[in-house]
Amino acid sequence: MSDIPVTAKSAGQLNGELLSSLRPPSRRWYLLVLLLGAVVAWGLFAFAWQLTHGMYVTGKNRPVMWGFYITGFVFWVGLSHSGTMVSAILRLSQANWRRPILRAAEAMTVFCIAVAGLFPLIHLGRNWTFFYMMPYPNQRGLWPNFRSPLLWDMTAITAYIIGSSLFLYLGLLPDLALARDRASGWRQRVYGVLAMGWRGSAHEWSVYRKASILMAALIIPVAISVHSIVAWDFAVTVVPGWHSTIFPPYFVIGAILSGVAAVITLMIVIRKAFQLEDYLTPLHFDNMGKLLLVISLLWTYAYFVEVQTTWYAHEPIEWEVFSFMAGTYTVPLLLMLIGNALLPIVTMCFQRLRRSIAVMLVVSLLVNVGMFIERFLIIVPSLAHKNMPFVWGSYAPSWVEISVNLAAVAGFTLLFTLFAKFFPIVAVTDVRELEVLQAEVPLGRAKLPAIVGEE
Amino acid sequence: MGKLTSPYRWGMVIDLDRCTGCGACVVACQAENNVALCDKQQIGEGRGMHWLRIERFWVGTYPDVRVRFLPVLCQHCHDAPCEPVCPVYASYHNPDGLNGQVYNRCVGTRYCGNNCPYAVRVFNFYQHEWPPPLADQLSPDITVRSRGVMEKCSFCIQRIRRAKEEATGEGRLVRDGEVQPACAQTCPAEALVFGNLADPHSRVARLARSPRRFQLLEQLGTHPSVYYLKGGGREHV
Repeated sequence: MSDIPVTAKSAGQLNGELLSSLRPPSRRWYLLVLLLGAVVAWGLFAFAWQLTHGMYVTGKNRPVMWGFYITGFVFWVGLSHSGTMVSAILRLSQANWRRPILRAAEAMTVFCIAVAGLFPLIHLGRNWTFFYMMPYPNQRGLWPNFRSPLLWDMTAITAYIIGSSLFLYLGLLPDLALARDRASGWRQRVYGVLAMGWRGSAHEWSVYRKASILMAALIIPVAISVHSIVAWDFAVTVVPGWHSTIFPPYFVIGAILSGVAAVITLMIVIRKAFQLEDYLTPLHFDNMGKLLLVISLLWTYAYFVEVQTTWYAHEPIEWEVFSFMAGTYTVPLLLMLIGNALLPIVTMCFQRLRRSIAVMLVVSLLVNVGMFIERFLIIVPSLAHKNMPFVWGSYAPSWVEISVNLAAVAGFTLLFTLFAKFFPIVAVTDVRELEVLQAEVPLGRAKLPAIVGEE
Repeated sequence: MGKLTSPYRWGMVIDLDRCTGCGACVVACQAENNVALCDKQQIGEGRGMHWLRIERFWVGTYPDVRVRFLPVLCQHCHDAPCEPVCPVYASYHNPDGLNGQVYNRCVGTRYCGNNCPYAVRVFNFYQHEWPPPLADQLSPDITVRSRGVMEKCSFCIQRIRRAKEEATGEGRLVRDGEVQPACAQTCPAEALVFGNLADPHSRVARLARSPRRFQLLEQLGTHPSVYYLKGGGREHV
């Protein structure tokens, strides 16, 4: 992997460039934070409006009792698979091109799952009693119902938040030490505390390496279980269109699809914002494009299988749900098929397009638009046309639900922007590790074969 | 069903051949159970609060058109889809085979409402008010539900409780016909019959053995406590 010009620059220069995001913020940064903060504030206002007025300010009704909030929940849980996918799987498969992006992807996981976890609380009819769902000895003398998939959700999401935060923090340790050594004043003290006395001794590195591999291997089953459980929210019910055994793997594939697309978007943004053109090269986008192609093919297959079974069985109510969905939401359905299947599969076949940043930006954004629609089309049409035709209905999101969903996007971006300003957003250690992993180490004019390799 | 330890298994038989669709049961239910009043707009939005609805279907082509009525209330399933999905046990199964709803446990996930195939669960989207003097007729036996909680037909559990207490005081079981929910009590055509299905001699149990009987969405395996009767020589369709 000699495309990263690690040897062309001195160590200090490299560290300086990779830690460039930590430089004092510019006016544009403040403007961005202010703008995002304003959107978040608007979302909070919308939520407060719902809190004080009642659920009627949303578009929900009988029979469609879940709408944009649960769509947002499933969508953000899906996005959170980015970090695990890129970081853990590529770490285990020793793909070197992961290095410059893994920090961003891991941070994204943590923030996405944090945002996702808010949605089920926002959507409660009595938000102020959310703690009834927590297992703790209480005056009600009542333990929560662990037969309910919502409890599985809560358990899985809590586990994932803890796991992915640890994963992120573990990877950050050596970089925090680096930041500590370069900072002064209060920043040095903060980084010092966070670096937990990292000195970079051989023993520390050996423990660190073992821990990273272990965490990478452990976080993957957690990630897969999280989205399977989210799928079970739907699959274990008796609602036509939800009750489907393919949902867990289908949801996991969908999650990875939106996650990979989101990492591509993020790579483009970071590359531009922090002038990391030397580290995030078209080759990286090429590799991510291939990954996107494979996942998109898998998603298309899963979607085809799901629809094919419905069509072949032609069970009246299942078919009714499908026809209603295709008839009422034709435009979103087509958008979803284009965004998730047609566009990525056609474009990602060509190396020229995979290496074009503009194409990658458009494709990755449309994939996630498609994935949001996909979740919406799973949740709403099934509820709107359940078993009793007399109470069929429809659903359109209200301004409150749209505002909260927009605020979630802004809130995520805000968290990420702040994180990138206060913590090294490029994994300096991992990138610089390549120096010692090269096949040939330059020594003066001679090049000697390296004696270390990745375990 | 075998796991029940109570001598009661409350159930209902609804004779569709008798139902005239008059709507008296709907009104009686509303008056008995402090069911909120909803205006045209709220009902149009799909946020009406009826625990019992009469579904109306037109059958046939003009001029030979007939109307069929189907009163639908909570079916008090013995394998109820709403119960396992509730994270806080607001929806639970009581020993008499009733499908209970504990309002003050409910946090409002609305998962039960989604999973109910009969769509009989109604959610308090609004904070409902009873304009005077209607507030004076609220029943003191039943909670007035706040916004954000789910509610549904309880088979007038407050009446069942009272009848059971009286019977226990006199050291006997509740007699057939001693207790009935407001809807069955009001039905002028006696289309709704309520009673103890565990007693094979009760009126409801005898009717439930009728060859005219069927259950709603039987194929889902929810084992409802409500039986419907239809056919009986006077074919409507």
